[in-house]
Amino acid sequence: MVKFLPLKKAVAENLHDGDTVAFEGFTHLIPTAAAHEAIRQSIRELTLIRMTPDLIYDQMIGMGMAKKIVFSYLGNPGVGLLRRVRDAIENGFPRPIEVEEHSHAGMANAYEAGAAGLPCAVFRGYRGAGLATVNPNIKSVSCPFTGEVLAAVPAIRPDVTFIHAQKADRKGNVLVEGIIGIQKEAVLAAKRAVVTVEEVVDNFNDLHPNLTVLPNWTIAAISVVPGGSHPSYTHGYYDRDNSAYLEWDEIAADRDRFQAWMQKNVIESSADDFAARVEHLRKAA
Amino acid sequence: MSENDLGFTPSEMMTIAASRALKNDDVCFVGIGAPSAACNVARLTHAPDITLIYESGTIGTAPDVLPLSIGDGELCETAVTTVAVPEMFRYWLQGGRITIGFLGAAQLDKFGNINTTIIGDYAHPKTRLPGGGGAPEIATSSREVYITMAQSKRGMVEKIDFFTSFGHGEGGDHRKRLGIDTAGPTLLITDLAVWKPDPVTKEFTVVSLHPGVTREKVQATCGWEAIFAEALDETPAPTELELKTLRDLQARTKTAHASAAKGKAAQ
Repeated sequence: MVKFLPLKKAVAENLHDGDTVAFEGFTHLIPTAAAHEAIRQSIRELTLIRMTPDLIYDQMIGMGMAKKIVFSYLGNPGVGLLRRVRDAIENGFPRPIEVEEHSHAGMANAYEAGAAGLPCAVFRGYRGAGLATVNPNIKSVSCPFTGEVLAAVPAIRPDVTFIHAQKADRKGNVLVEGIIGIQKEAVLAAKRAVVTVEEVVDNFNDLHPNLTVLPNWTIAAISVVPGGSHPSYTHGYYDRDNSAYLEWDEIAADRDRFQAWMQKNVIESSADDFAARVEHLRKAA
Repeated sequence: MSENDLGFTPSEMMTIAASRALKNDDVCFVGIGAPSAACNVARLTHAPDITLIYESGTIGTAPDVLPLSIGDGELCETAVTTVAVPEMFRYWLQGGRITIGFLGAAQLDKFGNINTTIIGDYAHPKTRLPGGGGAPEIATSSREVYITMAQSKRGMVEKIDFFTSFGHGEGGDHRKRLGIDTAGPTLLITDLAVWKPDPVTKEFTVVSLHPGVTREKVQATCGWEAIFAEALDETPAPTELELKTLRDLQARTKTAHASAAKGKAAQ
């Protein structure tokens, strides 16, 4: 059953050296605070999975925490490249990193297969795509009814998935709204799930019956971290900090500047610092 | 890019020419950057009912400003509905409901194959680019693909380093041979010209030059030997309405994306 825990404890109890871990969020609701806590706890040898690794995987890989990355779009959204990840792939700095690359359709189908308890996903994809020639995890199967050749990829089953969401009720059920991305599938595909939320409310009684709610028994731990997705955004709470994404491009371009930024803003900070970071981005009530 | 003496920039001409290719009843899967601007100009001018879809799951979106990312909140707030990412790719794209996939490109060849993955060798890349995202399946599951990019010898090359998104492969019936039954790239709009694939070879052919552009200029910024249609048209110059719509959209976008930065500075 779900436990409400301080983020430090939630990460320590659920993320371990060598784990396969997904910090999911599709531009929206990126679990930055959880990723920063993992960086502070210096967890090593991780296999990082995410459709759209952005700043947080740039940071984790720049800190040498990952041995492998599984992804489908390796960019700073709307800005450009991820410079720390590039340094790892192109120059092996601070350590070499294994790459497993898919398309969005491939990753989305693989997460869905993980949530569905299937060993693999089958879909119409990768036709003529170079990825099928460089990624041995992209194979094909023939439809037993029509003979059509379809792509197959192994299901994604993370040891642990971290997501950020709008709110939990007192029983620990979690509501996710807006661009919901792949978060529900990533939670249901994982052995353990940890959710950071903006706030806790008494109950969800008055909500529309078809909203995306993750029942409390699908979640291992919830931590209340207002602002916890900054510089991403939380629909209904605060806007995306576009300027932070632009600034990151400069910070990450330089190894020393990156280290100094991480020291000040992550190592010497805590989950409690996130609320102030989104104050100027909160919507007028 | 500076304005020419006709009163618009090559980049503006590109966006506006691309916007004209979209129809009111199109269902368009929108790539970020140049395609996004073109699609929204179309929506704000001749195609008010066009369905714009971004891969974050927003269907029928009508943003007031151009999104910086494919998952900006405004896309969701103005959408008819927002679906999960697996649903986006399974039901809506793979399901065959997209009429136009609109893509940009880092590297493009004359058969409309796109590379946004790496420069150099895949295992030891010289430059690691962001990769394909949704594009590999947008390129094969959309009924047609439009491509827009500014011309340069670095971008338009004889041979791409990686097949991120399959166009017409080696040309001819290569798509069909791979079991791809959609039309693939049917239109390329650059800052200098409009290109369409030859019906048989599938090689991109210049069919229309933008105002003031010469064949020599097109060739000087293209890495393959460009073919020109016998009946070469001149792209109609942007109308006042098209230019005003694009410039207003870009001005609103600039103001909106700068406001967060200002708020931060004021802290």
